[in-house]
Amino acid sequence: MNSKTEEQNFIQKMREREAYGKRNDKEHNEMQIEFDAVSINEAFARTAVASFLTPLNPTLEEISDVKTAVSEAVTNAVIHGYDEEYFKQYRIRTEDQGEEKQTKPKVYIHCVLDGDVLHVEIWDKGKGIANIELAMEPLYTSKPEQDRSGMGFAFMEAFMDDLEVISEPGYGTTVLMKKKVGVSSWIEHEE
Amino acid sequence: MEIGFNDFKVIENYLMVKMPEEIDHHKSQAISRIADDFILQERIGNIVFDFEDTVFMDSSGIGIIMGRYKKITFFGGKVYTINTSPRIKRTLMISGLHKIIEIME
Repeated sequence: MNSKTEEQNFIQKMREREAYGKRNDKEHNEMQIEFDAVSINEAFARTAVASFLTPLNPTLEEISDVKTAVSEAVTNAVIHGYDEEYFKQYRIRTEDQGEEKQTKPKVYIHCVLDGDVLHVEIWDKGKGIANIELAMEPLYTSKPEQDRSGMGFAFMEAFMDDLEVISEPGYGTTVLMKKKVGVSSWIEHEE
Repeated sequence: MEIGFNDFKVIENYLMVKMPEEIDHHKSQAISRIADDFILQERIGNIVFDFEDTVFMDSSGIGIIMGRYKKITFFGGKVYTINTSPRIKRTLMISGLHKIIEIME
């Protein structure tokens, strides 16, 4: 009799723990990736973030939105963060320190799923942005000769719910984006 | 899949560009370069972008169209997009390109 209640207690506890674990999985999830700042990795970056998002059952529309925003931010890091100007300064810097081996510049992505909100943080350690307001202006581009449209930040703003840009010349740029995912299912429930 | 000359076709004085499945900065450079070669060498009048296979496009795609628009209107030509899915259409609308090019579904 005594052992039976103990057993029941144990099963009860395990179930609670399991439920807690499941709840935890759904409420908080984190990942971080780091890759070389080359254009071929843009496809990898947006696909990785989109895959990370799948537990939230996003709609195709939401996946597309997130992919576009991530693609914009990573493209910015690759072509603006680490451009020729950066390499000129970077080479001088490494020569000063006597480093012979040059490591390739990297782009970093940190994603957090908090409930049904996706937080994406994308940063580089490149040359930084001197005038953020001007850079975020639609159709403004510092590289018109390269066929850039100047719509990068405008797209990030349009496809995500929240956008914040932090930058310091010489130290790199961080882009913080937020998006509520699975809103459509929530609306269905409301009705 | 890499961009090749097979994706470009000249019909009368129209240049047809078959856009790839995913258009980003990595792919856009090749498309722009080859399209420019055609514009200058084949004396084409108008350019048509075919989005039949395209499932993803970011602002680099807008860059391709804008750059070609500047060149082709210099010779008095027009830019068209065909097989434009609602998704691509939305991207074109956000950037305001629908005001200067002809979008066909």
